[in-house]
Amino acid sequence: MPAVTEPLALYIHWPFCLAKCPYCDFNSHVRDRVDEARFGAALRRELAHEAARVGRRPLASIFFGGGTPSLMSPDTAAALIEDARRLFDPAPDMEVTLEANPTSVETSRLAAFRDAGVNRASLGVQSLDEAALRFLGRRHDVGQAIAALEAARAIFPRLSFDLIYARPGQAEAAWRAELRQALALAADHLSLYQLTIEPGTQFATLHGRGDFALPEGDDAARLYFATAEEAARFGLRSYEVSNYAKPGAESRHNLAYWRYGDYLGIGAGAHQRVLLEGRMIATRRHRAPEEWAARVERGGHAAVEEEALAPADRAREALLMGLRLAEGIDPARIEARSGVPFAEAVDPAMLAALLDEDYLAWTEAGRLRATEEGILRLDALLPVLLR
Amino acid sequence: MTDTPLDLIRNFSIIAHIDHGKSTLADRLIQATGALSAREMKEQVLDNMEIERERGITIKAQTVRLTYPAQDGKTYVLNLMDTPGHVDFAYEVSRSLAACEGSLLVVDASQGVEAQTLANVYQAIDAGHEIVPVLNKIDLPAAEPDRVKQQIEDVIGLDASDAVMISAKTGLNIEGVLEAIVTRLPPPSGDASATTKALLVDSWYDAYLGVVILVRVKDGFLKKGQRIRMMSSGAVHTIEQVGVFKPKLVPTDSLGPGEMGYVTAAIKTVADTNVGDTITDDRNPAAEPLAGFKPSIPVVWCGLYPVDADDFEKLRESLAKLRLNDASFHYETETSAALGFGFRCGFLGLLHLEIIQERLSREFDLDLIATAPSVVYKVHQTNGEMFELHNPADMPDGSVLDHIEEPWIKATIMLPDDYLGPVLALCNERRGQQVELTYVGARAMLVYRLPLNEVVFDFYDRLKSVSRGYASFDYQMDGYSEGDLVKISILVNNEPVDALSFMAHRSQAERRGRQICEKLKELIPRQLFKIPIQAAIGGRVIARETISALSKDVTAKCYGGDISRKRKLLEKQKEGKKRMRQFGKVEIPQSAFIAALKMDA
Repeated sequence: MPAVTEPLALYIHWPFCLAKCPYCDFNSHVRDRVDEARFGAALRRELAHEAARVGRRPLASIFFGGGTPSLMSPDTAAALIEDARRLFDPAPDMEVTLEANPTSVETSRLAAFRDAGVNRASLGVQSLDEAALRFLGRRHDVGQAIAALEAARAIFPRLSFDLIYARPGQAEAAWRAELRQALALAADHLSLYQLTIEPGTQFATLHGRGDFALPEGDDAARLYFATAEEAARFGLRSYEVSNYAKPGAESRHNLAYWRYGDYLGIGAGAHQRVLLEGRMIATRRHRAPEEWAARVERGGHAAVEEEALAPADRAREALLMGLRLAEGIDPARIEARSGVPFAEAVDPAMLAALLDEDYLAWTEAGRLRATEEGILRLDALLPVLLR
Repeated sequence: MTDTPLDLIRNFSIIAHIDHGKSTLADRLIQATGALSAREMKEQVLDNMEIERERGITIKAQTVRLTYPAQDGKTYVLNLMDTPGHVDFAYEVSRSLAACEGSLLVVDASQGVEAQTLANVYQAIDAGHEIVPVLNKIDLPAAEPDRVKQQIEDVIGLDASDAVMISAKTGLNIEGVLEAIVTRLPPPSGDASATTKALLVDSWYDAYLGVVILVRVKDGFLKKGQRIRMMSSGAVHTIEQVGVFKPKLVPTDSLGPGEMGYVTAAIKTVADTNVGDTITDDRNPAAEPLAGFKPSIPVVWCGLYPVDADDFEKLRESLAKLRLNDASFHYETETSAALGFGFRCGFLGLLHLEIIQERLSREFDLDLIATAPSVVYKVHQTNGEMFELHNPADMPDGSVLDHIEEPWIKATIMLPDDYLGPVLALCNERRGQQVELTYVGARAMLVYRLPLNEVVFDFYDRLKSVSRGYASFDYQMDGYSEGDLVKISILVNNEPVDALSFMAHRSQAERRGRQICEKLKELIPRQLFKIPIQAAIGGRVIARETISALSKDVTAKCYGGDISRKRKLLEKQKEGKKRMRQFGKVEIPQSAFIAALKMDA
């Protein structure tokens, strides 16, 4: 295999939140008091440990996720960004994203994060409807959301925010109206997610006992198409299942996941995949923040699971991520990243059937992509397509 | 040594409808004659199998030898033969009856005669039995002994004026029953000096003794060490043990004429012992076997498949074990594209099918799926050849088909007059031909000829529902007749699902085909592609439904941390596909077919 040095994407997880949202199944924890110095030091130590392992390489992006990383002090973020710049070769236009909630406390600190090196913010707005914000268990109101968006636009060159739609009883017309209002406030990127009931969440319990129902099937499909239509009207293109951007404004960090690139994951519960000497090493870290920190303090890292993925698994992962993108996959890259020729990674008869049904299409550049109708049914399509 | 003089022996059976008290009466007779101590008594001593006791039916013939000092001062040997009471086992019943000289006809004094009683009592009359009517449950407030006596005389034509009035439950007048057996039933006849001739009544497998044969000696003796010959097969065995049932097996030196008892002879499976066969002495064989032997022939067939494909071997072993004890059901391996590996099984009737299925799930802990039962058709081809069709999948091409014959039954249905209308409508809808309609008081007795294939398809359930459970039903096979029968194939995504194909009369084809298509539409989950579901006769589609493609199925959020999770989910889905059956580019979960077949049953 040719020695291709992929630029790295670096993910840093801050596992604390002020409250657990009822729909969220991310690794987040609520604590009365967080020993910021301890967790900041542990993050820096784990970063140094992994950097020594993968060696010096180009660094394309940093992403502070969580949890709520905007609860971290800007100084901690600054130290981590500085470490990363020193340990790797940062790209000249390196993307540094911070997830933040639109509460007034966090908004007041956005400028300090910019000074720390953050150049892109992703705000958890979730809705521009008061009742919906309450239903979603958010700690901000519509006014705060708008204020945060306006502040962030002035501070950061690049800005994205999240909305959750296909909520219980949400009519298409109401969603279109809410989305148009959001688009008017948007900069160059939006993440628009249909509400999903994740196991183990508070919503799973409520939904399970019938407290509310979600739009499903044809209704959900209609909302999805309406979303893409409204976004396109504002020049935002659907480049991934739930992500919309102006051309060139796509999240470079998230593209690394979808293009099955190399990424480091630092912090409690973070995942990492790096191709090292031809082997794709997948790493998962301890989820409990205190235990994670204790392990890092003892041994420099808190990996609890590490395996070299088999070529067939790599091919599956590369395809299941890549077909989420409007650009689709490049068969040559699938082979380069997995070691499995594309023709062996898919079932040829099903590929033909899916092409025939217009769920999949070849581009002129020789890439395979899921059509809009195909992306809408991707979870059903993958198990039949992939070997 | 059993050298009881013939005139001190009485061999008898008990004829009764389910729940009319046969087993309770048998228990009381055993108790009254002291065959078992109070400690040994348990309810329904003779029904050994859990399933027999639970459903109140007898599957295997059983016998018990009672000793009764009668009022005339002599001590009699009474052999009670408990016989299967269901039409599926009609042949076994006839052999049991052939082993006796008389019967007690037990009728519930509050319920009266039922269809099943009728069929069995006629068989007993055919067997030349003396019959003593016994009215049970006369202690119940609802008992109407006079009305029921009248009914016995009107319907059966038996003199019921001195019917024995009892309550088996309370033990009232059990002595009267014992005296009636001694005084009113004839002793057996037989010749002690003639060559050995014994009727093989039934047999079963015992883990310690091997096959145990229940016999009725007609002439001569059966002795330990004797070489015996089965006259139908010519097989020769050496007797290891003879004895009587008290009801436990008690060895004796020999069994003499008129006696009932058992024989063991190192026989490994019951398939080597044919009910109705004649056992004779190998060195001095009888010239002629006893009349009436016929091999058992399955009349209803269906496919049995394990729900979990991994259970196939276990199913094979379980069927083999069951067959050790029941030679009347048949099985052979078969493969279905929809259901995988399984067995084509033949049964004596629907109850027999149900019992075997239930025993497989209960005693062997198997989760099974049965295809729709099929009767045995006689398929005549244009080249003059005829074969028996057990499986609709084996139906030949229309071009070589000349005509088909189907089995008919003669059904007897007894029911309160109020439900006559709907029951007549049901019989007519099922192509029935009315033979007779008579009344006994407010109860109607209907005799119908019906095609068996109309009966195996939910007839009992419909009869029960249209008569609110008041109709009783019994039938006997009544020959074959030509019929306009067609094979209906069910196609999913234009490919036939073998397990769902079935035979039906042309007049029923469209309705039945439509039913299955609608059912499958409900059961098959929507997929990436739209799926046509069709019912067809040959190339002609008679019913059609379409399952539209699913409209949305995609994970909203998927980032770096989710890759492993998504891959593992994908692997699980692929694993799940092993339980799917491929129909072109669509894969249908086997569970959908299983559900479709379960709804049929």
